[in-house]
Amino acid sequence: MYQYDNHDLSIQQERVNQYREQTQRWINGELEEAEFLPLRLQNGLYVQRLAPMLRIAIPYGLLSSTQMRRLARISRDYDKGYGHFTTRQNLQLNWPAVEDSPDILQELLDVEMHANQTSGNCIRNTTTDEFAGVDPNEVADPRPYCEIIRQWSTFHPEFAYLPRKFKIAVNASPTTDRAAVQVHDIGIELNHDENGAFGFRIYVGGGLGRTPVVGPMIREFLPEEDLLTYLEAVLRVYNRYGRRDNKFKARIKILVKALSPEVFAAKVEDEWQHIRDTATKLTQAEIERVKGYFTEPDYQTLENNPPALVSAREDKAFARWLDRNVKPHKKPGYAAVTLTVKETGMPPGDVTDRQMDRIADLADEFSFGELRVTHQQNAVLADVRQDQLYDLWQAAKPLGFATANLGLLTDVICCPGGDYCALANAKSIPVAESIQRRFDDLDYLHDLGDIDLNISGCMNACGHHHVGHIGILGVDKKGQEFYQISLGGSSQRDAVIGKILGPSFARDQVDDIIGKILDVYLSKRTEEEQFVDTYRRIGIEPFKEQVYAA
Amino acid sequence: MQPNVVTLDGVVQDSWTLLDMPGEGDTLSLPDSQVIVPLKWFLEHRHEVLNADPEGRRIGVWFDSDDEPERLGNDCQILPLIAVNFPKFTDGRGYSIARLLRERFGFTGELRAIGDVLLDQLHYMKRCGFSSFALRADKDINKAPAALSAFSDAHQAAVDQTAPLFRRRA
Ligand code: SF4
Repeated sequence: MYQYDNHDLSIQQERVNQYREQTQRWINGELEEAEFLPLRLQNGLYVQRLAPMLRIAIPYGLLSSTQMRRLARISRDYDKGYGHFTTRQNLQLNWPAVEDSPDILQELLDVEMHANQTSGNCIRNTTTDEFAGVDPNEVADPRPYCEIIRQWSTFHPEFAYLPRKFKIAVNASPTTDRAAVQVHDIGIELNHDENGAFGFRIYVGGGLGRTPVVGPMIREFLPEEDLLTYLEAVLRVYNRYGRRDNKFKARIKILVKALSPEVFAAKVEDEWQHIRDTATKLTQAEIERVKGYFTEPDYQTLENNPPALVSAREDKAFARWLDRNVKPHKKPGYAAVTLTVKETGMPPGDVTDRQMDRIADLADEFSFGELRVTHQQNAVLADVRQDQLYDLWQAAKPLGFATANLGLLTDVICCPGGDYCALANAKSIPVAESIQRRFDDLDYLHDLGDIDLNISGCMNACGHHHVGHIGILGVDKKGQEFYQISLGGSSQRDAVIGKILGPSFARDQVDDIIGKILDVYLSKRTEEEQFVDTYRRIGIEPFKEQVYAA
Repeated sequence: MQPNVVTLDGVVQDSWTLLDMPGEGDTLSLPDSQVIVPLKWFLEHRHEVLNADPEGRRIGVWFDSDDEPERLGNDCQILPLIAVNFPKFTDGRGYSIARLLRERFGFTGELRAIGDVLLDQLHYMKRCGFSSFALRADKDINKAPAALSAFSDAHQAAVDQTAPLFRRRA
């Protein structure tokens, strides 16, 4: 993984020093609240319903075991002993004290981590596929490009006061899109042009929130070395022309829509022609330098399907976990394992300090000391030997990390909601929990197959409800918590926004409604159909009829 | 007495006066001292200005955050000073305006940040090409030099450092 050199270190250290001094001025009353606000936001600290929260960046989801242990320690020393993995590959602490935040940032810097630009109207943490670098199908490893973007966007002097927050995601898989790039402000897809040259396809103006949009493509092919100049052109057009008069119309998607994607693309192209050959143009030397940090670990020469794995498969529970939670790897004899951190009774994404330490141990023991966090709020060990999968499974089971529910109904994506978040209309965690309790029969869940259930506590959509096969959105009805249900969303390459089923429901009705939706699917599906396929074939009507039948 | 402004070399006494757009029916008459006129007025009275200040020494122009540097283009090069207004410090358009004036249109005179100019944005302003700063009156001007030098290096190319770090790493 990337390692800081002296330059990175000194820039980050100066940032911590700067923030410490700013915090001190705020404590002394020299900085007004409104003046301190963007400073603390861009250092990760925002204030929510209960207390300040600190959002720590996990660049493109990658962590070493040392870093994970440090996060555990920080959660223990500065918080109540747990953290929350978000859908954007960040870790949120719920109860740090503002006064402690400079110390926490220093502790992070000791392990080459930070909370830069995890909040505020600036370029946020760049996210990517959790299987980056090990996916057998990927066009190329996206992580070096994510790191190049991270460095370029870190303390970018021109883009620290954008009209609104700005999120970039990168996908390298030609067949799927685990990074959901089309619902980001900029989506980048690694690709080749017709002559085989390597570069990127660029989408702009996707997003969830109150105006969900699937981002249009504005450039089919961008040569590799032009990545940063082109991003700079997009950001400059947005910084200059994005709306600043209305917070709800300030995202780039509104600008792209107002101008039309064609006109927006032409403006970017025009800006880019001026700057494409400036010093910001990437060099092959720099690309190679950064790639040098993402070389393969010390893989052994191994065979796929070793005898140890074949015999272990006889254990039915293990076999089921293998089928759900273990993905193929580009190296023979290895596999990528998703540890599900979503036990019923624990809010999705919440991880205790002890669990963090244990995940770090597992990473050391089974996966070269590295791990990833996913936007589905799980953890991935990406380089596990197939002949050690059974050992890993046995070690992970008692810790609650080996539930074979990856991608199933109970593998819920859920925002912190009304229990923690000041913006919420309704609670989301108890809804997730109640569904997990109601549908806890693994045979039934496996029979249902792939279902993305996403829950947000308000239309800011941190739980990505629009792109869930089943989406649940907390709404406020005359001061009561209600839930609106949508069907058929997807964040994959065929990204679509789900359709609203109809009038919303009280909390205690939600489980039953989900049950009815599943019944429709089970009765209408053909043999090979997953939930979303059936939905696409039969449409929303049969579901409506069943749910709202008198 | 004129207030002080911060430059890259320290705090100095200001010699410029900022003029607003004249109201309906009023005219703006140019005094003999150094003045900064609104971009819109300048565009309408270009000849008058060039006659009054043929050597380009005492009449500057100020941009509001929604003014476009393209309106002036390379003509900016004849001006001794351009000021860019930050109506609110969170309005980041001035950073792009500054870079365009410097990098695209070749402005080499004094580039001044005016308006809601606080301490904690000075470093980014400097990076984008500002060379002087009319700090908001309630802020401690003596803290400005430290704020300007909060960072000794940066990743990106900008006006103050034209090579990105990746072209300079040893
Ligand atoms: S979706 Fe709404 S309730 Fe949930 S975390 Fe985001 S802002 Fe808060």
